[in-house]
Amino acid sequence: FALMSVAGTRIALADVEATDKFIMEFTGGKKPETGKITLTAPEIAENGNTVPVSVEVESAMTDGDLVESVLLVADGNPNPDVATFHFTAMSGTAAATTRMRLAKTQNVIAVAKMADGSVFMDKKEVKVTIGGCGG
Amino acid sequence: MAATPKPRIKVPKEAKAGEVISLKTLISHEMESGQRKDKDGNVIPRKIINKFACEFNGAPVFSCDIDPAISANPYFEFTAKVSESGTFKFTWTDDDGSVYTDEHEITVN
Amino acid sequence: GRWSRVAAQQSLSEQDLLAFEPLGNVTILHLTDIHAQLMPVYFREPSVNLGVGGVAGLPPHVSGADFLNLYGIEPGTPEAYAFTSEDFLSLARTYGKMGGLDRIATIVKQVRAERGEDVLLLDGGDTWQGSYTSLQTKGQDMVDAMNSLSPDAMTGHWEFTYGTERVQEIIDGLPFPFLGSNIFDAEWDEPAFEAYKMFEKGGAKIAVIGQAFPYTPIANPRWMFPNWSFGIREEEVAKNVAAAREEGADIVVLLSHNGFDVDRALAARVEGIDVILTGHTHDAIPEPVIVGKTLLIASGSHGKFVTRLDLDVQDGALKGYRHKLIPVFSDVIKPDADMAKLIADIRAPYEAELSRELATTESLLYRRGNFNGTFDDLICQALLDVREADISLSPGFRWGTSVLPGQKITVEDVHNACSMTYPSAYRNTMTGQTLKDVLEDVADNLFNKDPYYQQGGDMVRVGGMGYAINPEGEMGSRISAMTLLKTGEPIEASKEYTVAGWASINEATEGPAIWDVVEEFLARNPVVTVEENQSVKVESRKI
Ligand SMILES: [Mn+2]
Ligand SMILES: [Mn+2]
Repeated sequence: FALMSVAGTRIALADVEATDKFIMEFTGGKKPETGKITLTAPEIAENGNTVPVSVEVESAMTDGDLVESVLLVADGNPNPDVATFHFTAMSGTAAATTRMRLAKTQNVIAVAKMADGSVFMDKKEVKVTIGGCGG
Repeated sequence: MAATPKPRIKVPKEAKAGEVISLKTLISHEMESGQRKDKDGNVIPRKIINKFACEFNGAPVFSCDIDPAISANPYFEFTAKVSESGTFKFTWTDDDGSVYTDEHEITVN
Repeated sequence: GRWSRVAAQQSLSEQDLLAFEPLGNVTILHLTDIHAQLMPVYFREPSVNLGVGGVAGLPPHVSGADFLNLYGIEPGTPEAYAFTSEDFLSLARTYGKMGGLDRIATIVKQVRAERGEDVLLLDGGDTWQGSYTSLQTKGQDMVDAMNSLSPDAMTGHWEFTYGTERVQEIIDGLPFPFLGSNIFDAEWDEPAFEAYKMFEKGGAKIAVIGQAFPYTPIANPRWMFPNWSFGIREEEVAKNVAAAREEGADIVVLLSHNGFDVDRALAARVEGIDVILTGHTHDAIPEPVIVGKTLLIASGSHGKFVTRLDLDVQDGALKGYRHKLIPVFSDVIKPDADMAKLIADIRAPYEAELSRELATTESLLYRRGNFNGTFDDLICQALLDVREADISLSPGFRWGTSVLPGQKITVEDVHNACSMTYPSAYRNTMTGQTLKDVLEDVADNLFNKDPYYQQGGDMVRVGGMGYAINPEGEMGSRISAMTLLKTGEPIEASKEYTVAGWASINEATEGPAIWDVVEEFLARNPVVTVEENQSVKVESRKI
């Protein structure tokens, strides 16, 4: 066994409070509801340096029912911010996938902002493990 | 110095009018986070792709503001609804001001 | 003694073991986790196999006398020997070795003779790795032997430890599909393997979806197959179930290497799977476990059992089933001559090395159990001694055969316990904190209350250090009382200790192969005795 060092030298990590504050800045102080948005990520990261993360928001993606943006944050990295996706009616769906770094086991959170101002979130814990055993 | 970032894309060449297609993009880039230190203890300066955007015939389809937590060789997968033939333009913006682009034509019938 | 063995075996017959009143129009035969055991073996089932959260006390987390009670098995019977560790030693002497691919071939041929074309033979993986000959031939021995059985599909786990190139080379030559709905190309995130295959049997359409071990790149070295990404990918399973139904499947079978608890959870979360053939956690359960409308089948390991599952499939639905987990008593089921010859030919070039005697054991050597196994204690002792370390670590693998007291320990026995493609026995320093982190990490992989976070191995084995564990604790708080055995002093978080271990998943790990370390230790200790391990304390808990 040898411990993985997934993020190089450690600097003070963000905490849950800082992450909440970050989300509130995005939503304009509105508390996100659950539903409409689905965040998909592996239960356990194969490689903390590149963890696939997908979001999908239920929406017709027309002018009357549009997802404007989705904020992706993580509550255990040096900084909570990961990325912000911006969609348009031409996106067809409000779905996107990227790959992110996870310094340790933590929650990944996605928050969707709709054109009508409503906000929704989903969250998933992704474990970063040492690995190396098996059946 | 790292090699010049090289974009790669996977986009269909043809689609039906009104179809929602899937687009995948990758660009080679170290995404230096600004949080690592070298062996002398000095912080290695941040140098990342900070913005990715996709347009179709000049209109925005999808874009992303990128922070250092995005992995090296940034990957984006998203969708587009196409109603006419035309050209997708992909743009990656580097912290150092460099802009990398790629284009892809699609026939819609 | 000898007389009782003969008497006991006379009461068992091949006819009885294979007796089965046929039902319906399709028969599934399931084999899994053979771990390259071509020959009959001794394999002691675990005496400790704890479940946490919602599955505490439920199969497969039942062992020993509790298992006998649960399934109404009399102590001392062949079933008691096959399924539990109760009275293992004396029953092993009575009933002999189990398994052997030539005996399995006899069963497969007989079922095919009876059921004709309407048989599906499915291999759940962990087939190509785990023995001296499989390592020497990079899995070719098992590929040749299994091909001669004509399976209909397989999935995998340890297979991948032969590396991308070799795995691809073997798969390209297989006369049947290697299925993996959860294996994706790591760069473009596209399916890298065939997800499912549709079979027509007995007038019914049967979709078999393959599910490889989700945590292969975490439990095993990712650098050996960097372009493949795994994961449970429940949404892919659901998608493939829907696609198979759309294509006209009457029933859907998941050929899975998820591990039992993961499959139990998956069965409750994904609708429309009729049968899950489980694997990876090496459980032998004599009856199907039913979750909703899904049958979960657990067929054991090391060739000890073959599952026969007859299905009555009509009008797009499963109307009935009959199940038997056939124990492969090697002295009772006669070897198939063709397979016996093939195995003999495969082994012939290696026979001298396989049978080379290294020492005699005075103790039963076995591996399975959540916390300890005497074979691992022997390996840990060898690491401490030969690598001159304070503490040794040995991975909690569930594969590996048993050696009875009085037997010689051969090269084959040692390889059955440690044959692998990344065998380097490293030696380095770790702080007490790092050791704690390692133990906590492995404990959470084993005892996380959410099965989707479980990796299905046993606890890492430790030499030179004692500790206490509370399996029901939270991540980071299960392990306590870490003690350096040679001084009796507590492990200090900031102090550095010399640690030896093997099977590191890191690339470029240096050190002699683990089997050479064990061989050197046995050369120094021609007669070995391994006491029951007393240095891991499992904190009191309700089961
Ligand atoms: Mn196995
Ligand atoms: Mn396995």
